[in-house]
Amino acid sequence: MYNETEIIKDTTNLGPEGELVVNMGPQHPATHGVLHLVVTLNGETIKKIEPHLGYIHRSIEKMCESLTYRQFIYVTSRMDYLSSHINNTACALLVEKGMQIEVPERAKVVRTILNELTRIASHELWIGAMAMDLGAFTPFFYAFREREMITDIMEDTCGARLTMNYIVPGGLMYDIHPDFQTKVKAFIQQFKEKVTEYEDLVTGNIIFQSRTKGVGVLTTEDAISYGCTGPVARASGVRCDMRKIAPYDAYDRVEFEEIIETAGDSFARYIVRVKEMNQSIRIIEQLIDNIPEGEFVGKTKNVLKLAKGEFYQRVETARGELGVYIVSEGATTPYRIKFRSPGFSNLSVLNHIAKGSKIGDLMATMGTLDLVIPDIDR
Amino acid sequence: MLSLESITKTTQDWLLAKFDPTIALAIECVIVIVLCITLFAILGLVLVLLERKVAARIQIRLGPNRVGPGGIFQTAADTLKLIMKEGLTPDSADKFLFNLAPFVVMMVAMLLLAPIAFARNFQIWDINIGVLYISSISSLSVIGILMAGWASNNKYSLLGAMRSGAQIVSYELSAGFAVLTIVVLTGSLQISDIVAAQENGWWLFKGHIPVIIAFVLYIIAVTAETNRAPFDLAEAESELTAGFHTEYSGMKFALFFLAEYINIFIVCAIGATLFLGGWMPLHIGHWESFNHIMDYIPSSIWFMGKTFFLIFVIMWFRWTFPRLRVDQLLNLEWKYLLPISLFNLLLVTVIAIMGWHF
Amino acid sequence: MIKLEQHLKNNHNRLLNNSVDNDTFLTMTNEAIKEFITARAPEAIYDESGEWLNMIVEPHQLKPIAAALLGQPMQMDFLFCLTCVDYKTHLTMVYHLTASTNRSLNLVLKVNLDRANPIIETVCELWRTAEFHEREVFEMFGVQFANHPDLRRLILEDEPATAGDEKKESGHEPKGYWPLRKDFEDPINMIKL
Repeated sequence: MYNETEIIKDTTNLGPEGELVVNMGPQHPATHGVLHLVVTLNGETIKKIEPHLGYIHRSIEKMCESLTYRQFIYVTSRMDYLSSHINNTACALLVEKGMQIEVPERAKVVRTILNELTRIASHELWIGAMAMDLGAFTPFFYAFREREMITDIMEDTCGARLTMNYIVPGGLMYDIHPDFQTKVKAFIQQFKEKVTEYEDLVTGNIIFQSRTKGVGVLTTEDAISYGCTGPVARASGVRCDMRKIAPYDAYDRVEFEEIIETAGDSFARYIVRVKEMNQSIRIIEQLIDNIPEGEFVGKTKNVLKLAKGEFYQRVETARGELGVYIVSEGATTPYRIKFRSPGFSNLSVLNHIAKGSKIGDLMATMGTLDLVIPDIDR
Repeated sequence: MLSLESITKTTQDWLLAKFDPTIALAIECVIVIVLCITLFAILGLVLVLLERKVAARIQIRLGPNRVGPGGIFQTAADTLKLIMKEGLTPDSADKFLFNLAPFVVMMVAMLLLAPIAFARNFQIWDINIGVLYISSISSLSVIGILMAGWASNNKYSLLGAMRSGAQIVSYELSAGFAVLTIVVLTGSLQISDIVAAQENGWWLFKGHIPVIIAFVLYIIAVTAETNRAPFDLAEAESELTAGFHTEYSGMKFALFFLAEYINIFIVCAIGATLFLGGWMPLHIGHWESFNHIMDYIPSSIWFMGKTFFLIFVIMWFRWTFPRLRVDQLLNLEWKYLLPISLFNLLLVTVIAIMGWHF
Repeated sequence: MIKLEQHLKNNHNRLLNNSVDNDTFLTMTNEAIKEFITARAPEAIYDESGEWLNMIVEPHQLKPIAAALLGQPMQMDFLFCLTCVDYKTHLTMVYHLTASTNRSLNLVLKVNLDRANPIIETVCELWRTAEFHEREVFEMFGVQFANHPDLRRLILEDEPATAGDEKKESGHEPKGYWPLRKDFEDPINMIKL
């Protein structure tokens, strides 16, 4: 299937005016996956960044066209693997919307709690990975200490630690683990005590601040024009939290703030994510004692068939707005499905904001965009 | 009392009694070489393990704990692995320079051992320009790194080597000025004189605030000079994969790795000698009885204790701070550290002339 | 906090034209949008059966209508989804639009294209996010975007390896490899039902 890759033998040709073209990726420690950036450098200064995608392209959209409405959800866990619960929720919500399935309250609340736990886990991993991009190894382990508790909760509840596949159209696949509430409470306790540790280690660090402040500045106009969403856009002062704009599940009955920063630089993006974790804790605290009793899954037909028409569902993943667009012809499988992944739009802004900065700044910028490559390639 | 001093003395006496002086000298040289290489191997093993344990401690994990009790043979096992690995040379590399580079770096590290006083009268070569010798030789290591980066024919390596060149050349200045403050106070370039001058107290305590400033500057500058985090831009694995040694594998990589740790040991040893009295026990002015008790602790233990304390500090830096950006790194040196060093040297000179130090 | 409020207010004001009354803008109904579009493209077809207002316009009208929607008073500055659907008889470009200051205002703009020769004007100058999305549509559906600054493959390999074989076998240029078109047959089909 593959073309023979041509090896460039002529190494004397360095391009015009001493430009240096460096391939960052697909195997590179800072791209966290198989992102391939062709970076044109002039000395240490970046002149152009060209992303080459597709190293983990599995054509999920095409695959979904031959999977039923029960099956296609499991594929989406493999897109943004750090927000797999939220991806599943998006698909489940869409099917529920298309078939007018009534979801029990219990399922709604549990889904919201799990979504927020996923968001915290994702941001924790991001803090560690981003600090590592900037050369600090230690925060990684501190962040993983708390993330480990979440993955343990997920393992108890869903049987999986990364690709959960727990949320199905109509509710949940099975009921929550009996220890769920105690464990989540223990986690909240631990998180509140320990979150300051790595905040001290990272936020207040003068080197960290000088590496991120004023680096990779994304203006409000650009954030909107490039279709950025999630913490990236919110750090540039765009209100775009789907949990506020179009509340789903139990988000309409919880109080939380949409974190907005205006600086638009890497540090603002960092701050937004850290504050978001605290808001997620706040949401979980409001819900964890109020999980209603009752069914965990609503009544659904054995064979799911969406009515003829078009459906669109937006949810807020840890990276931004995930849109699922389904064109249905009334069959058991979608006619066309499109995943509008947040990472894809967020990546498109990289060249714009990292141009003219140093290689070191590229790491800060790319790190704070929080790119998950399977999410971009799909 | 059995001390390193008496062992060397006995050995020398025995050699001189048995052989004629030239042969005795030759045998001594061989002994010194063997000892140096042994020291290198042991230091490499110990420091790598220490680094991994310190890192693990800071990062709330256990670190190596499977090979031997508490993982003490982990680095030995790693070394064995590295020896058995194939040493690849890239096709398009400049093969001679590529293979030479790790040895240049290693050789520089070895040469630096010569004037270091490990214990009372236990020194390879008490050269009368000791400090100058150290300053001049240590700046040679940049040649090895540039050689490695250039010969690899890899863009990452080249970028790393260029960064390293700029960095070492800049920070050499601050380190040099920090060393000069002690030379000014002592009035001698000889290591043994510098240590002897700290008979009644270490320079860090005797020299008021300027020496403390010089000490801090020295630690920052040598951290940069040995390419350690937060100044590890030459390697910067998240930016340049592994910087100048990206293309190296097997034992050639191990030599770079070893040289890094030996360099840390040497700069810390020099720091301990200049600012913390080297092998000199903690003496306070004329407190005769206190000084006498301190003298019971062997001088080699004093030296190693101080050195390892400084090594620990440098490791602590690495596992705490993020990395600086290349322009910030140079800004820090040329805009802050260098002017401070110059002013500080002036201050110390005034103190030395006026005799205000203790 | 005050600074933040101020910023958001300024942002809002900047994005809104001062001449437009805030209330009219925020309560803009589907009827108003229709009126706005009909004034510019009388033959547009509307469909309100779905969640949001859908409308189908002619390919040559897309650019002026898109520009009008981006301008006053709609301010539809947020293109949150751009894709294409293959209906076997024709291709349909789908643009999901919203206003960043009023996210309750959503609009789906559709353009039907000829399947044999799909060509349409790019919208990258209006919404820069379109650049990547259009490149994706280009390689997945074979839609040509006129005046696109950098219309290259983004995700798939530069040229499918099988293209050469087919050319050798049949002697003419292959039809094109657009995986998301319905008639695409993967040479190695792992999930064929």
